[in-house]
Amino acid sequence: MPGAWLLADAKDPHRNGVLKTMTHILLRNRDIADIWQFDTYVANGGYDALKRAVNDLSPDEVIQIVSAANLRGRGGAGFPTGRKWSFIPKDAPVKYVTVNADESEPGTFKDRELLEKNPHQVIEGALIAAYAIQATAVYIYCRGEFWDLALALEERIEEARQANLAGEDILGSGWSCPVYVHLGAGAYICGEESALLNSVQGVLGQPRVRPPFPAQVGGGLYYAPTVVNNVETLANAPWIILNGADAYKAIGTPESPGPKIFCMSGHVERPGNYELPLGITFRELIYDQAGGIPNGKKLKGILPSGASGPVLRATEEVLDAPLTYESVAALGSTLGSASFILMDEDTDMVWAAAKMTHFFRHESCGKCTPCREGTYWLDTIYERILRGEGTARDLELLEKVPQQIMGLVLCALGDFACNPVLSTVRQFRDEYEQYIGLAEPVAAEA
Amino acid sequence: MLAEKHAERIEKIFAKYPDKRSGVMALLYLAQEEYGWLSEEVLREVAELCDIDPTQVRSIAGFYTMYSEKPKGKFWLQVCTDLPCALRGADEFFSGLCAYLGLGERGGTTEDGLFTVEPVMCLAACDKAPMLQCNFHYHENLDLEKVKMLVEQWRAEAGQGDGAVG
Repeated sequence: MPGAWLLADAKDPHRNGVLKTMTHILLRNRDIADIWQFDTYVANGGYDALKRAVNDLSPDEVIQIVSAANLRGRGGAGFPTGRKWSFIPKDAPVKYVTVNADESEPGTFKDRELLEKNPHQVIEGALIAAYAIQATAVYIYCRGEFWDLALALEERIEEARQANLAGEDILGSGWSCPVYVHLGAGAYICGEESALLNSVQGVLGQPRVRPPFPAQVGGGLYYAPTVVNNVETLANAPWIILNGADAYKAIGTPESPGPKIFCMSGHVERPGNYELPLGITFRELIYDQAGGIPNGKKLKGILPSGASGPVLRATEEVLDAPLTYESVAALGSTLGSASFILMDEDTDMVWAAAKMTHFFRHESCGKCTPCREGTYWLDTIYERILRGEGTARDLELLEKVPQQIMGLVLCALGDFACNPVLSTVRQFRDEYEQYIGLAEPVAAEA
Repeated sequence: MLAEKHAERIEKIFAKYPDKRSGVMALLYLAQEEYGWLSEEVLREVAELCDIDPTQVRSIAGFYTMYSEKPKGKFWLQVCTDLPCALRGADEFFSGLCAYLGLGERGGTTEDGLFTVEPVMCLAACDKAPMLQCNFHYHENLDLEKVKMLVEQWRAEAGQGDGAVG
């Protein structure tokens, strides 16, 4: 049974420091290599959950099960998925499910593996969501760079359609729901849900003013009520429908149940994706699973949520903390999409912050002045500091400019852009001071 | 003209959406595939197909990094130099590739028009750095020696007049 390992010590997410040999719930391709093929997927229980939902459960019952499982959005915000589905007005004549496969956060590469290696599970999950809200159609928004992946995905969708699992009159239920792939063209902002909807509509991919929210009339795709879910979130749905909410909640912790894919990159011995129960510790993830830091170096900085979340200093307290949405927030960062970028003791944190700032300057969509101008100035200040021309005034500005961005813009990108700046200035101030000549120089190099 | 040459593909694109405007991104890709890059004239052609203003098409073409409003080399190499890749040597990889092709620090297009090298933002391949995409196809787990071999392969392909690239 998939996931049986996870149930072994349900009461103790830490497993006393020992994680069982795993069978995957999400990355089933790790256990069954050719599960991307329709026949293999079906032979291993694939589409049984969709059949169960459509044949035996009402849309409301599906929402209830997913709500009871307390599945939380894996794209970054951690919003309860069942609640999101329940917001869709039942009487709306047109409704959509949009799958967010724009995966563009530096350090994130989990949705890509799911879509490449276990695509039918994502399609099945999307169709379960679509059934739950009685959607008119599903659009899977792939970032443009997933060009090859998107072409293959269209073939997988066609296989499902030919088996009457998507398209017209699904499983003879009278409910019809085609699944389409929409290809982006290179813009981080299109991972923001309202920008994503605009992008599908052929409008410039910039965020919308909310309310109305996507679930509301006037706020979604083509202004119809719309659910926007991340790829990994939806990949959880089939298992939940087949195994029930209680089995799902036995994995992880009560507030953050279920398995999570952790993306490990940067200074790490074994980079890649790791599917593990929420609630394991930083130490277990980084050292036991991913093999620790190369060349016997010490770990200095941890970005648990890619470039967009605050950096954490790798203290003993942090390393022993459990990886749940709540506990990472309590440490002053965010679990986000669990894209871990690790930086060893030799990493120049000013350089790292400059890299991330440059990213956000490039990806600011330009709609809101505070973000457009603010990220430009932050990037310019970093260039000056890295050239060795920074002053104490620049260090002050790095703390002041964010105050004129955060909370003053339409979407989260503004806050994201400020996180690497503020968290490094506050926690690694000495390195900034060395750059601007306020402290004695020591060797610090990327 | 796209409408005549690719009628079937255009029809398939429009069939996905409730309105024609939504076809603009797919049509820009199609146009770029057909003409190599998106000139003013091409943007107007796409605008006409989608029944929207050419200015709106131009703003979309300019907003995304995968559309090109200027001619690129036959092999368009985009190297990710964001933080996760940079922690694994992507900056040195990028400058090494540029130097090998006789380009400046920031990349550019080679004189023979074969290669365009540009830094690009995160491509969701951080665990396989350094990496690049060549005409939208990924090449991962690279180092300078490996990419030099790829460059020579591409050169050979171009020399044989083979249209298939990447």
